[in-house]
Amino acid sequence: MSSSYLPVLILLGVSVANAVGMLVASHVLNPRRPTPEKEMPYESGMIPLGDTRARFSVKFYMVALSFIIFDLETVFLIPWAVAARSLGWQAFAAVAVFTGVLVVGLIYEWRKGVLDWK
Amino acid sequence: MTQLSPTVFLVFTAIKVIVVFTAILLAVAYMTLAERKVSAFIQDRLGPNRVGPFGLLQPIADGIKNVLKEETMPATANRFFFVLAPALSIVPALVTFAVIPVAAPLPTPWGVVDMVVADLPIGILYVLAFSSLGVYGLFLAGWSSNNKYSFLGGVRSSAQMVSYEVALGLSLIPVLILAGNVTLTEIVHQQQSLGFWYALPLSLSFLFFVISSFAETNRLPFDLPEAESELITGYHTEYSAMKFSMFFIAEYAHVLTASALMATLFLGGWSVPFWSGDDMFWRAGVLVAGLTESGQPILASPAWWKTLVTFVAFAVKTSFFVFLFIWVRWTLPRFRYDQVMHLGWKVMLPVALAYVILVAGTVLVLDQLGVEGFLFGSALTAVSGIATAGFIFFVDRDRILRGAPRGRLPVSSR
Repeated sequence: MSSSYLPVLILLGVSVANAVGMLVASHVLNPRRPTPEKEMPYESGMIPLGDTRARFSVKFYMVALSFIIFDLETVFLIPWAVAARSLGWQAFAAVAVFTGVLVVGLIYEWRKGVLDWK
Repeated sequence: MTQLSPTVFLVFTAIKVIVVFTAILLAVAYMTLAERKVSAFIQDRLGPNRVGPFGLLQPIADGIKNVLKEETMPATANRFFFVLAPALSIVPALVTFAVIPVAAPLPTPWGVVDMVVADLPIGILYVLAFSSLGVYGLFLAGWSSNNKYSFLGGVRSSAQMVSYEVALGLSLIPVLILAGNVTLTEIVHQQQSLGFWYALPLSLSFLFFVISSFAETNRLPFDLPEAESELITGYHTEYSAMKFSMFFIAEYAHVLTASALMATLFLGGWSVPFWSGDDMFWRAGVLVAGLTESGQPILASPAWWKTLVTFVAFAVKTSFFVFLFIWVRWTLPRFRYDQVMHLGWKVMLPVALAYVILVAGTVLVLDQLGVEGFLFGSALTAVSGIATAGFIFFVDRDRILRGAPRGRLPVSSR
């Protein structure tokens, strides 16, 4: 059924063309009168101090790691969910164990304070 | 009532793509007006009323203004990604709508046309995949602007969106257990044949899906990526004119798609309540209304007026959720960032996991007991209702979502 993906490709093409069209149209039509003040990063009228590429909280990195684990779990659950009613109790037990292992991981993470934002 | 031939299919596909694309952009334009009108109503103002009757031409005026305005770009910005980011955020927002069925199949002289751009076999996975691509646009916008506030907004939005994507994905699992399929047309059909909208038998899933949709679309109370009082406007601070407008369109397109998804997954999609005349679905290339006791298909009778009526039903359900998005935005205050993260990881994730197990267990027990039809739906509604009531009762009792810590009271109460 590869032909059922064709409409998506067409829609994708139209959307990309639309996005490019918007960028080009405003690029062609708009006036450009740059001044040094306009080209400064806007920080509420203050002259920017320091570099943007500074270090930021490691928490965001931890969130990204946790996301990968639990999103993968969701992806693993989807095939089971679709067939859950025909697979019965055996698959249910397997999924319960699988979920349980990840919940233990979540509890560990929680206790370690990874999920605390202070 | 058979399927279309390849050439006719192609022609109708082209028509559907253009119609749906135009409809989304038009809907988005008028959602911005609706937002301003509703906010004006809530705040006891008039809202835009100068351009055209009742301000109805306001979106067009805004559009023209945005194209003609000067665009600014910080000298220190990364030019390539700065231009790429708005495009990257608007494309997934517009493409996601493709798999949502908007009405009952329409009969034409050339065969029956499905009222969905692409009835993909992967259905809901396509929605999840494309809607999560939106985060790249936001993050790149924040990063490439080379502005501290934009950067913070970008980092915040990516962390928030990935956190709630987990809850969003998990809240869909019970729907898949019940429907046994991932295509949205099949999910709509399963709700018709069960006689229950999934909002009832899967009420906690519904609640979680609504909450995480708000977080995914960066709408209040989850609009921390663009919190005006802290970050100017977050990731799109440096954007002006059409590029800013593109982020705006992307946000509203996401809201529209999220609303349509809620209507489809939990409120029966285009199905008209308490009426079985619109039950129709494909079985082995034939459009049927249902199966007899012995498994024989009953042929469906599609009609143009049925398509129209079901489309109105779909539009009403979707508009309700769009209105909910606007209503909540102008009613609730913003969360603090630690509260957002606590709610996502410490409340919704464990509860959603437990709920998946609960629903799976209940469904298996009911199947083993041979419970079917109305009784099945009612039993599941009761179990979910207890779970939802328990969740609402126990959450926000200051256990996990805390207010300001002691000793740092507001100035007025010191």
